[in-house]
Amino acid sequence: MEQNFGSKRTVVGAHYGLRDWLSQRITAAVMALFTIVLLLQVLFGAEMGYDRWAGIFSSQWMKVLTFVVIVSLLVHAWVGMRDVWMDYVRPVGARLLFQVVTIVWLVGCAGWAIQVLWRL
Amino acid sequence: MRLVDAITGYRYPVMAIVSILHRASGVIMFVLMPFIIWMFDASVSSEISYGQFTSVFAAGVGFLPGWFFKLIALALIWSYLQHFIAGLRHLWMDATHAVDLQFGRQSAFFSIVASLVLTLALGIKLFFF
Repeated sequence: MEQNFGSKRTVVGAHYGLRDWLSQRITAAVMALFTIVLLLQVLFGAEMGYDRWAGIFSSQWMKVLTFVVIVSLLVHAWVGMRDVWMDYVRPVGARLLFQVVTIVWLVGCAGWAIQVLWRL
Repeated sequence: MRLVDAITGYRYPVMAIVSILHRASGVIMFVLMPFIIWMFDASVSSEISYGQFTSVFAAGVGFLPGWFFKLIALALIWSYLQHFIAGLRHLWMDATHAVDLQFGRQSAFFSIVASLVLTLALGIKLFFF
């Protein structure tokens, strides 16, 4: 019989498992990096106030990084929340409803955050 | 098995607890996402909105007192720390295949303790300074 395990395994299915797993890890790494970058800017500098806080987000590279983080959060939270619904909500109709609400919630939040970012 | 048996009858190893906390903290941040973006919006948009941002935590808004919002912020702080540290643990395990029992148990325990200690420290800063 033909070998069907290990590296020779015949892969079946929709093939989105690895992609989702990987995108969740990569977006996590991006957000962790952002956390450290932001933390360093908050901790080292003059006394905190509006000018300094808003100044952190006004530089172009920080805007780009923050934008990437917002999109990363969208993807990351989608994979995570979808996993939660898949594990705990059995009825297909209810699961679909929760997933739709999750998408609307996340896209709405991301849109708001990007709007705030781009008018700075 | 009934849910109550699962909750009371199982002995949960610390890794299982961290797994559940990872989900719980993620869901908390998902639900509170509009509050997080409101904080971002108010704190960066203008000097006036920055003042409103700080006054919500100092004096409250409407019938809701300031400590209520500080408590929500503290819940977010804990959620972020727990999710962050447990997430680094995940990335480390994925990258190095460090999946032996002892490492799993110790790092799980570390993530809980470290996030609680940091939450306590930041909570003291948030409420008393």
